[in-house]
Amino acid sequence: MEQAPRDPERQLQPAPLEPLGHLDAGLQSAVGEEAEVARDESPGEGTMTENNFWLKKIEISVSEAEKRTGRNAMNMQETYTAYLIETRSVEHTDGQSVLTDSLWRRYSEFELLRNYLLVYYPHIVVPPLPEKRAEFVWHKLSADNMDPDFVERRRIGLENFLLRVASHPILCRDKIFYLFLTQEGNWKETVNETGFQLKADSRLKALNATFRVKNPDKRFTELKHYSDELQSVISHLLRVRARVADRLYGVYKVHGNYGRVFSEWSAIEKEMGDGLQSAGHHMDVYASSIDDILEDEEHYADQLKEYLFYAEALRAVCRKHELMQYDLEMAAQDLASKKQQCEELATGTVRMFSLKGMTTKLFGQETPEQREARVKVLEEQINEGEQQLKSKNLEGREFVKNAWADIERFKEQKNHDLKEALISYAVMQISMCKKGIQVWTNAKECFSKM
Amino acid sequence: MDMNSFSPMMPTSPLSMINQVKFEDEPDLKDLFITVDEPESHVTTIETFITYRIITKTSRGEFDSSEFEVRRRYQDFLWLKGKLEEAHPTLIIPPLPEKFIVKGMVERFNDDFIETRRKALQKFLNRIADHPTLTFNEDFKVFLTAQAWELSSHKKQGPGLLSRMGQTVRAVALSMRGVKSRPEEFMEMNNFIEIFSQKINLIDKISQRIYKEEREYSDEMREYGPIHLLWSASEEDLADTLKGVASCIDKCCKATEKRMSGLSEALLPVVHEYVLYSEMLMGVMKRRDQIQAELDSKVEALMYKKADADLLTEEIGKLEDKVECANNALKADWERWKHNMQNDIKSAFTETAEENIHYYEQCLATWESFLASQTDLHMEETSEDKPEAH
Repeated sequence: MEQAPRDPERQLQPAPLEPLGHLDAGLQSAVGEEAEVARDESPGEGTMTENNFWLKKIEISVSEAEKRTGRNAMNMQETYTAYLIETRSVEHTDGQSVLTDSLWRRYSEFELLRNYLLVYYPHIVVPPLPEKRAEFVWHKLSADNMDPDFVERRRIGLENFLLRVASHPILCRDKIFYLFLTQEGNWKETVNETGFQLKADSRLKALNATFRVKNPDKRFTELKHYSDELQSVISHLLRVRARVADRLYGVYKVHGNYGRVFSEWSAIEKEMGDGLQSAGHHMDVYASSIDDILEDEEHYADQLKEYLFYAEALRAVCRKHELMQYDLEMAAQDLASKKQQCEELATGTVRMFSLKGMTTKLFGQETPEQREARVKVLEEQINEGEQQLKSKNLEGREFVKNAWADIERFKEQKNHDLKEALISYAVMQISMCKKGIQVWTNAKECFSKM
Repeated sequence: MDMNSFSPMMPTSPLSMINQVKFEDEPDLKDLFITVDEPESHVTTIETFITYRIITKTSRGEFDSSEFEVRRRYQDFLWLKGKLEEAHPTLIIPPLPEKFIVKGMVERFNDDFIETRRKALQKFLNRIADHPTLTFNEDFKVFLTAQAWELSSHKKQGPGLLSRMGQTVRAVALSMRGVKSRPEEFMEMNNFIEIFSQKINLIDKISQRIYKEEREYSDEMREYGPIHLLWSASEEDLADTLKGVASCIDKCCKATEKRMSGLSEALLPVVHEYVLYSEMLMGVMKRRDQIQAELDSKVEALMYKKADADLLTEEIGKLEDKVECANNALKADWERWKHNMQNDIKSAFTETAEENIHYYEQCLATWESFLASQTDLHMEETSEDKPEAH
């Protein structure tokens, strides 16, 4: 498993509240016990040095899912699923874990947490949530959000999300995240009190910046293209995979029909009867083996889906950079124009069209006192502007530096995870082939004895 | 297809060769070899039809030559079948492929349909050649050896169409009667035929469906592999792994194609032939019942009409012989047919199982070699950086 790099200085945008204490603690992530299909990989381990809420090593798991009914904002009855989040602290010496916190959260609360993180850590590639609605379904899978298989896969996805956040060197220190895991009641209010929704950049502003920015960092432009390509290719892959799964399901299941017919036929045969009957049994085994095979494949698809959604997170970081860069360019432009105006007033030449210029022409020159007053105002504005530009420049450079560091971290993680996923796919295929060989070898024996 | 000189090794397929050798009474004396090939389209003002070239090689004395080459069309095969049924009403005549295309059986109407039909026609003729009785049938000989005009004139010699039609109507009426007085062993036989027919039809449908599903699976796989290649173009570290996966999927796709062609050669035609056989068998049962019914109606007539007693008794005597002959012929042929059926079915399914095993073995090897290459790489990489284990 990869080690997250240690860099306590790398926290540009501070979390809204101070951390509890400076303690040397380790953070460990593990897969929950109730997970039906164990995920062999844990998304990552991290070692934190300072500014950490955790006194000891902790384990996080989303261990259960429960159907609930309640009333929504419009006072209408609704059904939703709640997930149990358990946090355990692990004793160093004997490895035993003690349950420290346990609370229920629904999907919308996870969304709230993530939206908060997106606003406060725009330079971080924030881990994505599992899909809200089932997509890329093939015929046997249900597209229903209440379907138990979907709920189960979502449970695993939510756990994965929490583990990713917990193992991120910066995100894990966030107080709101800590409270998400420990404070059941009132958490929503606490998040909303941070006022993060107001701090969020408007979509329109971001879109505008994307189109108008003149000199974005080339690396971000390339990254944006990469994330578009990644999203497109993974979507395509998932779509075709779903169709392949559908077809494979068909091939296996039709063989099951042989079982029944062979059995009925064997009733009228003397010599062939036994062979037919037992061959039929093997056909049944073959047909039912596909269910497990495809269930495993579904987990592989989920691993790919996570990176499909990560592409969007990458784009978010690029957009923030474009916004900051555009902001900087506008500020610089504004400063330049003010300086120009100042110069013109001082020297008396008019090179730029200005309303003031027009009105003075129409209504007569202003007095020297008036002019001096204006120059002074402008000079002040220019000073301010220069300060602002300086700090914006600094901010921009810091952002680029920090964002790029996280992007490098993300790249390594992505390469590692996807490679593992692809290898696990090969392992699945191998297992499927071995099962196939066994069943057909048995069937062949039965046939040859007929 | 080795067309050179007389060669005993000219089977329809390796498997059927084995069948022929096994179930001939005197395997070493197979002396009639037939191939059907070279379909050709003929266009006249009235119609378009296809003829097939039929090559016969034989060492039999009653044939004027040791090698014959003729062209026949489907109509000619139909004629032959009719003559055989007429001459041997209670023998199990091999089935002919369908006159019209069965929906869903073949993908594209022309080439595949003609090829499937060609193979089935070849099987038909060879089955007749292997049959201890039918092989010596005169019409069969004419079919194999006569030139086109000779065949036409020979065809005209048989009983007219009208008389045959008349017979059919009478036959239907009689067969109802024959069913009631069927001896026990033929009741069993009929029961078998009914159930067999049901089951083989189902198996035919299932097998066709499997072929179709495999075809669609193969189509999707063909699109699936290249996407990984496309992806590898925008990756650095992952490029090799992705390319590896793409290549594996590609190879598995090819293995699927092979599996499908195995199915369509070893299983589908065999199962389908037995579907047609089961129809033939019902016809044979009917004809036997008719013959019996003829006897029964005369016997009944004797009970009520004392007047023609002598004539009737004579007729009954002849019919009793006829019935006995028919029953014995059927019994013997039935055993022979059942034996062949068991072996054909057994071979077909065994070969199918082998094809499937081979398919999975190929895919396994592909993925295992990919996995090995990936873990080798991983070993290299990890040994380069840190000493601690994963």
